[in-house]
Amino acid sequence: MSKTKNQRVAYGEELVALGAKNKNVVVLEADLGKSTMSNMFQQVYPERYFEMGIAEQDMISTAAGLAASGKIAFASTFAVFVTGRPYDQIRQSVAIGKLNVKLCGSSAGLSDFGDGSTHQSIEDLALMTVLPNMTVLTPCDATEARQAVRAAAEIDGPVYIRVSRNDLEDYISEEDEFELGKMRVLKEGNDVVIFTFGAMVHESMKAAKKLEDEGISVKVVNVSTMKPFNEEAVVELSKNAKAVVTAEEHTYIGGLASKVALALRKSSIPMDYVAIEDNFGQSARDVADLMEHYGLTDKQIIEKVKNFL
Amino acid sequence: MVKEDVITRLNKTATQLRKDVVLMIGGEGHVGHLGGSCSSADIIAALYFHKMKVDPKNPNWEDRDKLLMSKGHAVIIQYAALAELGYFSKDLLPTLKSFGSILQGHPDRLKTPGIEVGTGSLGQGLSIANGMALAAKLDKKDTKVYCILGDGELAEGQVWEAAMTSANYKLDNLVAIVDKNGLQATGAIEERFNIGSVSDKFSAFGWHVIEIDGHNMEEIIDALDAADEVKGKPVVIIARTIKGKGVSFAENNVAFHNGPLTKEQYELALKELDAELEKYN
Repeated sequence: MSKTKNQRVAYGEELVALGAKNKNVVVLEADLGKSTMSNMFQQVYPERYFEMGIAEQDMISTAAGLAASGKIAFASTFAVFVTGRPYDQIRQSVAIGKLNVKLCGSSAGLSDFGDGSTHQSIEDLALMTVLPNMTVLTPCDATEARQAVRAAAEIDGPVYIRVSRNDLEDYISEEDEFELGKMRVLKEGNDVVIFTFGAMVHESMKAAKKLEDEGISVKVVNVSTMKPFNEEAVVELSKNAKAVVTAEEHTYIGGLASKVALALRKSSIPMDYVAIEDNFGQSARDVADLMEHYGLTDKQIIEKVKNFL
Repeated sequence: MVKEDVITRLNKTATQLRKDVVLMIGGEGHVGHLGGSCSSADIIAALYFHKMKVDPKNPNWEDRDKLLMSKGHAVIIQYAALAELGYFSKDLLPTLKSFGSILQGHPDRLKTPGIEVGTGSLGQGLSIANGMALAAKLDKKDTKVYCILGDGELAEGQVWEAAMTSANYKLDNLVAIVDKNGLQATGAIEERFNIGSVSDKFSAFGWHVIEIDGHNMEEIIDALDAADEVKGKPVVIIARTIKGKGVSFAENNVAFHNGPLTKEQYELALKELDAELEKYN
């Protein structure tokens, strides 16, 4: 395994590893294998790799047929295309039928910065978590992405894995085993709890350190299982804190903010969120410009935390 | 040449299946897809009671042939066949679409033995059948996947994505059957949304095309056998059919796409089908 910081490379390498272990692992792609890195699997196991052309709906239903025949079918393309375009196919055959189809939503969130609103998935988690029988994984770095891919192969039923386009800082060690539904505390603290996932983990950790320098103690929790969502853990980890803040690269509607708010519905603890408001994305030459514009940086997290103190 | 006694047996079975469909819908005002079920009845009889390798005692038998109703609304004709074969008790047929029944309004693989996969949102079954055919090739299984589509369903774009996939992957272990009854829910297909020549389209997509009368048992069986001989490309059997076939007042009548039967209609339908069954005794 490489020391990559890129979740897409991690996805490709892990597929190859799974392919070696289990001959029932198959991979489908809709002409973006060079980007999702599923082409790494193609190079080693061409007979188990199905290029489906630019036809995502057909790809998902074909994956359903393979899964119904005992295969573990990974289907990848950009997050926006694997969730939106074939939503009905995912719902009707894969989710209702509880089939072993593993969807990889690559270049998720704003991480496909150049391509603009059509290619930026700000709502993929809302779409996938609303489906019964679906498991939704949101790894925060390359190591956790590997763990998520392995976990997906073990889970009996459909899984959606959200993968970022760009390199991400390391936070998870390979020895720290992935546990479905477990919320990982990356930094302890008492005053405020930040729940976050994906690329926003790094922003949250930066914010926490800066706040710590000012004497504000912040706990940072990495939520890598968005469904089944561990409401008890949210309540437990927030106990005795003065406030909760969520941070996500996704619309606040149907994302982490919604889920944490729901988890805290019987609690008196105040909460706020850092998320994409009810807007689509746009093109930029650097992802940082978008994160800044949509308010997804440590600065906004610090601001939200301080509002409570 | 198919033996005459086989033809007679299958014609009788198809009539019995139509009768089961009428019994399932009943005469108490519940709606059911009578028309599209009856148009598929002869094809279903030929597949389940003659052509396909299946084991009703072991629905998940690894070496079975598979049948998908991409036109999932007509699943009740498949329920009739599965019950007649003993996948589940015939006593369950009257529970169709009632609360808690294993017989859902559309196919549900988790609820009904013998149902391979969920369909009903139209246009998706052929893609799923492709996936099954690809899996069978990977596993080097000498099995067939059959997929029945409606002609109204062919307006769905995904069908043509799937048609390209079948040809691209040379799925000669897959047979699509178009139940071409000419009617969709609201009227004649060519008047509502003209899909043009189905056979020309499939030919252009790289398929081997066979056209038959979908109510002529000998032609159905010959076509299914001929499909076995085609190598390197998928086969589509375009079966000209009559919606509601076998129930006089429902034939070519869109009111029975998914309509209720009055008590009188219910009794008349049973009388007609019983009379037809009598001919075979």
